[in-house]
Amino acid sequence: MTYDVLRIYSGRRYLMAKVTLEVNGKKVSKEVPDHTLLSVFLRDNLNLTGTHVGCDTSQCGACVVHVNGKSIKSCSTLAADVEGSKVTTIEGLAKDGKLHPMQAAFKKTHGLQCGYCTPGMVMSAVDLLQTKKNPSDQEIREWLEGNICRCTGYQNIVAAVKEAATKM
Amino acid sequence: MASLVGSRVERKEDTRFLQGKGRYTADINIANQTYAVFVRSPHARAKIKSVDTSKALKSSGVVGVLTGKEIAEDKIGGLIAGWAIRSEDGSEMKVPANPPLAKDVANFVGEPIAVVFAETLDEAKEGAEKVKVDYKVLKAVVDPADAMKSEAIHDGVDKNLCYDWLLGDRKAVDEAFSKADKIIKVDLINNRLVPNAMEPRACVVDYNIASEEITLYTTSQNPHLSRLVMSAFGNVAPENKLRVVAPDVGGGFGSKINVYNEEIVCSWASKKIERPIKWVAERTESFLTDTHGRDHITHAELAVTNDGKFLGFKNETIANLGAYARVFGTVTPTYLFGPCATGVYIIPAAYSNVKAVYTNTAPVDAYRGAGRPEATYTIERLVEKAAMELGMDKTEIRMKNFPTQFPFKQTLVHTVDSGDYVAGLEKAKQMADYAGFEARKKQSEANGKLRGIGVSSYFEACGIAPSAAVMSLGCGVGLWESAEVRFNPTGQISVFTGAHSHGQSHDTTFAQIAADELGVPMENIDVVHGDTDKGTFGMGTYGSRSLTVGGIAIVNACKKIVEKGKRVAAKMLEVNLDEVEFKNGEFVAIKSNKKKTIGEVAFACYLPGQRDEMKSPIPEGDEPGLIESSFFDPANFSFPAGSHICEVEIDPDTGNVKVEKYTAVDDFGRIVNPMIVEGQVHGGIAQGIGQALHENTQYDETGQLMTASYMDYTMPRADNFPEFNLGFTCTHATSNPLGVKGCGEAGAIASPPTVMNAVIDALGGQEISMPATAEKVWEACKAMKKSNAKAA
Repeated sequence: MTYDVLRIYSGRRYLMAKVTLEVNGKKVSKEVPDHTLLSVFLRDNLNLTGTHVGCDTSQCGACVVHVNGKSIKSCSTLAADVEGSKVTTIEGLAKDGKLHPMQAAFKKTHGLQCGYCTPGMVMSAVDLLQTKKNPSDQEIREWLEGNICRCTGYQNIVAAVKEAATKM
Repeated sequence: MASLVGSRVERKEDTRFLQGKGRYTADINIANQTYAVFVRSPHARAKIKSVDTSKALKSSGVVGVLTGKEIAEDKIGGLIAGWAIRSEDGSEMKVPANPPLAKDVANFVGEPIAVVFAETLDEAKEGAEKVKVDYKVLKAVVDPADAMKSEAIHDGVDKNLCYDWLLGDRKAVDEAFSKADKIIKVDLINNRLVPNAMEPRACVVDYNIASEEITLYTTSQNPHLSRLVMSAFGNVAPENKLRVVAPDVGGGFGSKINVYNEEIVCSWASKKIERPIKWVAERTESFLTDTHGRDHITHAELAVTNDGKFLGFKNETIANLGAYARVFGTVTPTYLFGPCATGVYIIPAAYSNVKAVYTNTAPVDAYRGAGRPEATYTIERLVEKAAMELGMDKTEIRMKNFPTQFPFKQTLVHTVDSGDYVAGLEKAKQMADYAGFEARKKQSEANGKLRGIGVSSYFEACGIAPSAAVMSLGCGVGLWESAEVRFNPTGQISVFTGAHSHGQSHDTTFAQIAADELGVPMENIDVVHGDTDKGTFGMGTYGSRSLTVGGIAIVNACKKIVEKGKRVAAKMLEVNLDEVEFKNGEFVAIKSNKKKTIGEVAFACYLPGQRDEMKSPIPEGDEPGLIESSFFDPANFSFPAGSHICEVEIDPDTGNVKVEKYTAVDDFGRIVNPMIVEGQVHGGIAQGIGQALHENTQYDETGQLMTASYMDYTMPRADNFPEFNLGFTCTHATSNPLGVKGCGEAGAIASPPTVMNAVIDALGGQEISMPATAEKVWEACKAMKKSNAKAA
């Protein structure tokens, strides 16, 4: 990571950082103010608006993405802090036009309604199954504690994770 | 062809949502846009002495700063109350002006005073910090219980009282109570909630200098209604120069019905600064300024005989409106509450009295269920307490007072067209293994735990429509719904609806309905909503009305398509009109069995001339094209009903309440997509359990919101719930041709009393208020131990 001290950016002086990442398999490099959050970097700089922001306090989990394969909350991560990492967002989950088994399971079990928490929920659930192959209902519910959904009452989300566990 | 209505069809919208392709308002960016940040009152009540914008205007990147002074000069109107409610003495309700930017007085923490536009979001934030507002802080009125005794916060609103409303007959109730063996009494607080749609509110405005048209992208449940209000009352632009687009919207639950200050201000300002504007709420801004829900203080009484017959009901309620009356603010605690407060029972005499007061808190409006959860909580706490005091089984006392004849003329307003309340409760008892409860209770006790069971039977009036009815009750508009079905020449169909989906699955369910009516695969059908430039007009989605009102408009428009298709097909098949039958997407000449598909007929409708073999198929009197519309206004509300049973286990050492079992049996009439209906019920129950056990909105005595983030306001999480056990009974609604009833709010209506009845049962009848947090329950357990020790 390289710093350009006090570069003028939109009329203001910021400490700029050049951030290079591999996002959804593609190398990207952008110069941004160094306080840029990963969620902002993805949404505003790369136009990957599938990653949502729902709370600003790292509670709701709508912003969950994978950094080097592990789920993290991108609203409380500086883009510059994950320099050089491999980032996967919801846009990078389906391969060759085919839904990831977790996405297909959410569709099958009606694990989403308004769709706003869904990207974070799916990314979090994928990490769960990478960490534990056949989680119990209770383990699923506890893992998803950091992802808030206001629509579904979580029941069909739990069902989706169990369904996906049989396919992954 | 098998019917799609009734099938568990996977959702069309999921393909985009699951791949991050949803397009929510905050995802939209317009070239050259500025960013808006609002300067908000940090005080619950304060006089605004002056607003100095000079430093902000000089701040880096700031494009403009506007205040209440400019918006008043431009005669931009304020926010409105949608329903006019009269007091018992006949006087009109008192509604204060609610300007989009406060000019003279701020009445709640978060009320917008000024707005700053800048090139970047950071610069707008910095500019906003440089706006200097000189306040004279006044004593805030916060507690609704004290509001009528406090200084008036609005000029001309004596005692802070909006209205003192009565529904029912006080004399008849007095007589009924005089004959009672026993009077059951409860004092209840229906806790204030924040709807908390996961998508924070946002708007993006684009002003077209050439056409002078404003396009507002916004997080709305009802874009046409927003345009109407902004045009008619806000004076922002004529309706034909204002396009409102509500793209994908991430949940609403009532909080996105209202037109908000930010939408009016940004739309007006975009024209003024001739730049596009983007505003996205932070979560704390949403907590401070989204409309809240509930917030009632109720005393209620039920007159009963010793054998458990209900004779009379009354409630005296104080409803908190917050600082201002908004679109559904005044009707939620009155006509959406009172009529349902007598529940699913025959109660010969009843009245409901509600005093709605203003306080220096965020405006309170509709939140999932709107009035009906408060009503159901009131009656179902009374009924459960009556069973306890009379020593009767809690299901038996309910059965004893259920109506069995339908239509059922309910005590206060409604005539319920259909239902079978006994069947619902019987089914719930069986599914919940009600009979086995005592054994499970013993087992819990053996483990040092307390176990309780709670029941709630409900009905609710939704599918909020009948224009004649709602307008006679004070509604400012008719609540019909429109649809247009456009059969395109090449066979695809666009169905335009005035309803709006923000999670309700209209892309799928409405396509199922239209596909059945037209006999085409649902893949050929696109449901289009959320854009005033596309659909004709619409009232939007709230009050569980989309299917029962909007869905029926689609059915009726499809029927018109088939009717015209028949006339055209008759000509094409060279037979009389009465010799054509429409079946499975084909027009069939009954005698010859010659056929034309609806696609061929549609194509022909667009080719009315003559060439070679083709002769005009358009019968005389018909016009070319195949587009039909319908405005549906039902004859009645729809009345879903059911019974829920909950079992909780309490750890007396920690006060922790665990929901062990939750059974819901609901009657939603005919069900279009069971998978989607189950999802609606799950979500409603979760919000209701949230109200009962977890959620509370807390202001301190100065009117500061103490619960303004997810660190402070308890949002229910996945591990707060058991797996819900759902069942259905079915009696068809008679007020619409599909026989459907609304299902969106029922879960949130039935569940708070069900859970609280279980908690109170576990606590041996000790009253406890919502939310039954571990701390409160632990205190109650201590008190119980003490009184048990005394008794021993």
